[in-house]
Amino acid sequence: MTNEEKKCVAQFEIHYTQLLNQQGELVGPLPEFAASAEALIALYRTMVQTRTFDTKAIALQRTGKMGTYSSSLGQEAVSVGIGSAMRFEDVLLPTYREYGAQFQRGVAMSEILRYWGGDERGMAYQHQPHDMPITVPIATHVPQCAGIAYAMKLRNEPRVAVSVLGDGATSKGDFYEGINVAGAWQLPMVVVVTNNQWAISVPRDVQTHAQTLAQKAIAAGIPGEQVDGNDVIAMRHVMLNALERARSGAGPTLIEAITYRMHDHTTADDASRYREQTVVDEHKLLDPIERLKKYITAHHNWDETQENELHETCAAEVEAAVSSYLETPPAPPETMFDHLYETLPDALQSQRDEVERLGKQKQGGDDNG
Amino acid sequence: MAEITIIEAVNLAMARALENSPDVIIFGEDVGLNGGVFRATDGLQQRYGTDRVLDTPLAETLIAGMAIGMASQGLRPVAEIQFMGFIYPTIEQMICHATRLRNRSRGRITCPMVLRAPYGGGIHAPEHHSESTEAIFAHMPGLRVVIPSSPLRAYGLLLAAIQDPDPVVFLEPKRIYRMMKQEVADDGEALPLDVCFQLRDGTDVTLVTWGAMTHETLQAADQLEAEGVSCDVIDVATIKPLDMETILNSVARTGRCVIVHEAARTCGVGAEIAAQLAEHGLLSLFAPVQRVTGYDTIMPMFKLENDYMPSTDRIIAAVKKTLEEA
Repeated sequence: MTNEEKKCVAQFEIHYTQLLNQQGELVGPLPEFAASAEALIALYRTMVQTRTFDTKAIALQRTGKMGTYSSSLGQEAVSVGIGSAMRFEDVLLPTYREYGAQFQRGVAMSEILRYWGGDERGMAYQHQPHDMPITVPIATHVPQCAGIAYAMKLRNEPRVAVSVLGDGATSKGDFYEGINVAGAWQLPMVVVVTNNQWAISVPRDVQTHAQTLAQKAIAAGIPGEQVDGNDVIAMRHVMLNALERARSGAGPTLIEAITYRMHDHTTADDASRYREQTVVDEHKLLDPIERLKKYITAHHNWDETQENELHETCAAEVEAAVSSYLETPPAPPETMFDHLYETLPDALQSQRDEVERLGKQKQGGDDNG
Repeated sequence: MAEITIIEAVNLAMARALENSPDVIIFGEDVGLNGGVFRATDGLQQRYGTDRVLDTPLAETLIAGMAIGMASQGLRPVAEIQFMGFIYPTIEQMICHATRLRNRSRGRITCPMVLRAPYGGGIHAPEHHSESTEAIFAHMPGLRVVIPSSPLRAYGLLLAAIQDPDPVVFLEPKRIYRMMKQEVADDGEALPLDVCFQLRDGTDVTLVTWGAMTHETLQAADQLEAEGVSCDVIDVATIKPLDMETILNSVARTGRCVIVHEAARTCGVGAEIAAQLAEHGLLSLFAPVQRVTGYDTIMPMFKLENDYMPSTDRIIAAVKKTLEEA
């Protein structure tokens, strides 16, 4: 029997949204928010801020002042699009390249630096009570996102849980288990796959034979779509729609944001072992910041003076965060016990005492030396 | 007051928790209309609704991950894993997230969840349905591992686990789910976690055990009593964190200790207890500590399971060895 002779029981399409092309020209209908110069410049500022931070963070690692760091270079529009579209009371479950979203949601630059500087206090997020810390084990946060979304749904709260993960993460069972229950229970959640084409050294087309990553939503019975992740207007637009759908009770969405990882996987990686610099250079033409700059220059009188001021402001902000990070002494060693349980069990008290005693001895030794 | 079994006490505790707090949510595979394969959740969905007692998709990682997500929002999720043999997909969620969330967020986000699972052999179940791998969880910092051994303790300890502000793995000894009945007052009173329960006072030897093995251990103590040997029997109950003080105090009185557990011997919780006895109680001991445990083999299928699990005779033999060596 040929396919033509068989009855078609289901058909699916995956749609792609791009509003600004790489020349910064409008190629689709302008969303309502994007009519405002202020709104676009705010997106632009956050992207520049994120990149300024990123550049400095890499420099800190290279000069031995910070540990391994994962760069968000080239992916700023995805992250800023997500962060700008969410409400403060929503919950973000980020991976380790979502600084743009995290900054917009109140996470301090100094906290991100502390995190990569090996200090748990970098996950305290003093001005962001809702969001989960960065998820390191791949895709493990998608089931958690479903649990958070279920709590919101149960309490009839108009809130949404958003998890962000990479292209490689869509190969994991956790990802599918999470989006499957999101569909089955019609949960208020949005899952964003930041398809930056690389899972460390493994390229997207080796990762899966699927034509798109967005289509993985189909198996879970939820809407899936693609967006140009280097077009912050499209990214914010698609994200706003998905959030609105979730908030209004219409269920979850999977968004595949197409972008490109311009840096090594982390500062501990050397991408020249597995990819040609010429390919990376080609992707510079797709740069999300340059793209929006072209548009606001052409349509909103963005000029060099404003550009320079912005860079100065961002640099000062990053410098202040770096100073705060570098000036923060390590936590006393016994604090490793302090958030293990609400109340430290008796069985652990002697271990805590030992660490405290040794820490004080060391402190005394340091002082004497 | 009705006399009830362990499985009924588990059910009663969950019903009480659902009744007392709108934050308590029960979920897992087949826990809804079916009431769980062992009937632990029997009738709960009918009484408390499909929003609070839910069947999940068949995905254990998901179950643990959702419990973490719900707990992070202040709910009190009680998730069921159908058998301990199927708990392993939850391990990444438990070790990387449930146990670490409070620590990672410096106390900003907490994880008051309970992961329940029936464990252990002796019910002639199929392959993968009979393991006792509590030590895997006991090794995880930030976790509590609780194992009841009677209807009273099942009720009181499960309530305590649900009320606890940190994640708890609650392992239920399925072989004795229906073995005994006790009067249990449905008063909502939790029993304390992190402490052992003294099951019998004795002077000659300390028997340390938990879960279903309390049954064989008490039988052994009875038989030894008839032979003039007086056994102190301790149910550890919370195997993580360990209440060594109670065990050490007992051994200080008796000078002998036999540890009984169904799990494999190497790196079992008995090894930790023996190590701590060596560290803190060696000078009280008249004889080397004995362990009566499952063997370091794969848990055999049920034709041989009784040859694997500690028997009353093996326990008695170990006790006698400690007496001979004095």
